[in-house]
Amino acid sequence: MSLRHPFSTVITDAVNKVRAINRRYAHPRLAMSKSTLVALLCLRVYLLTLVGLLVYKFVTVVMQ
Amino acid sequence: MNLFSRLYYKFRQYSKAVQLYLVIAGPGIVVMIADNDAGGITTYAATGAKYEYNLLWFLIILGPVAYFVQEMTVRLGAVTKRGHAEAIFDGFGPFWGWFSLIDLMILDWLTLVTEFIGMTSALAIFGVPGWITVTGVCLLMAVVVFNGRYWTWEKITLAFCALNLIYIPGAFMVHPQVSDIVRHGLVPNFPGGFHGELFFFLMANIGTTIAPWMIFFQQSSVVDKGMKEKDIPWGRFDTFVGSIFTVLVAVFIIIVTGTVFHGQDVNDAGQAAKLLMETHHYAGEFMAIGLFDAGLLGAICISLASSWAFGEVFGWAHSLNDKIKEAPWFYAIYFLALISAGLVVLIPGAPLVLITLFVQVVAVTLLPAALVFLILLLNDKETMGDRVNTLSDNIINGSIVAIIIALSTLFGISTLFPNMLK
Repeated sequence: MSLRHPFSTVITDAVNKVRAINRRYAHPRLAMSKSTLVALLCLRVYLLTLVGLLVYKFVTVVMQ
Repeated sequence: MNLFSRLYYKFRQYSKAVQLYLVIAGPGIVVMIADNDAGGITTYAATGAKYEYNLLWFLIILGPVAYFVQEMTVRLGAVTKRGHAEAIFDGFGPFWGWFSLIDLMILDWLTLVTEFIGMTSALAIFGVPGWITVTGVCLLMAVVVFNGRYWTWEKITLAFCALNLIYIPGAFMVHPQVSDIVRHGLVPNFPGGFHGELFFFLMANIGTTIAPWMIFFQQSSVVDKGMKEKDIPWGRFDTFVGSIFTVLVAVFIIIVTGTVFHGQDVNDAGQAAKLLMETHHYAGEFMAIGLFDAGLLGAICISLASSWAFGEVFGWAHSLNDKIKEAPWFYAIYFLALISAGLVVLIPGAPLVLITLFVQVVAVTLLPAALVFLILLLNDKETMGDRVNTLSDNIINGSIVAIIIALSTLFGISTLFPNMLK
């Protein structure tokens, strides 16, 4: 038996597990009121800004 | 006679309450004292060395801040019987769930590395080589969790928490002037005016007071302990007692370094311990022992926070009440994180300073999300029932969360761009 087989089984199992988790939580249970949606939108903007700053820092460090 | 019987009755009543508390005590005290981890001890030591007693008042304010945030995790855990990672998946869906879980994993691992840095530098003072420290810590942590009972783990961890109080006798050894502490430390002031460097220190202290892993750890711990809704008042009291201890330890570290170093720059707690030993040998040794203990407590809690979170989401058995055979993945993640973080510290030339700085940056990507989710989940009437946040809860907790997010973000950004605030 080649080593590729058990390795691919592990990967397939992991992917299936992640898919099962995604299916289980596909529908957020919390009621998405206006305030909740605004809070989540602000969070996305905040994180995008932060990631942007991190990328900027990385690029400036690499360029030096 | 009547007086004596009444006094005896009161005594029995209080002693029973204390006994009950000692049974219930745990997650709140552990998380709060573990909050003073190796990174925290360095921050307090540097703050005291730089500004003497002048920022003690600020540390005292941070006690209630930590209490209000952590109290929410007690309620959420006791009512939902779910850890924070699972609650985020359930409440907000897979996108935010994976984001929080992966971010937590990265942040916890990086923080674990900093705990090992603290522990190895503390024991190096006593001539213990790094590899012995790392091996010893891993074995010790195996013993702590391998008994297969949450209760035993918790009581052993509480013993390590008690050792964290070593800074209190250490402070008396350097003979601080109580009048100076009261005059300079308890009256709010900004030494030398409000400038960039001071602001950086204030933010660093906030950053060490509320860490993302604390939210995940305490909620999972409440669930693993099996706390019910009726235990919430005790959980609150436990968290309150813990917040007093966390402030007490921080205050006494500042008193030690503030008394001895007078405006000197101190880069880390290990260096502070070495310098202290030159003038106050035992106080320096106490500082080093406390640093090791702080790193150990941090490592215990942080590695568990990750294991619990993964167990909850992947549906694996994830309780300290399970034996290794019953929860192999739970313990595998616990030891994988622990051993890999320990090994990084032993690599010659590993970028340890960069890792320490990076922890602050990654923390600001997870902390706001964890706090916002906490507030939103606590406002879900359907799940929380009578334990839902009241208006006053929301005003207090919302303000605290907004301030923490703003200041910790500035701290993270100023770590990336050090000249920004100067």
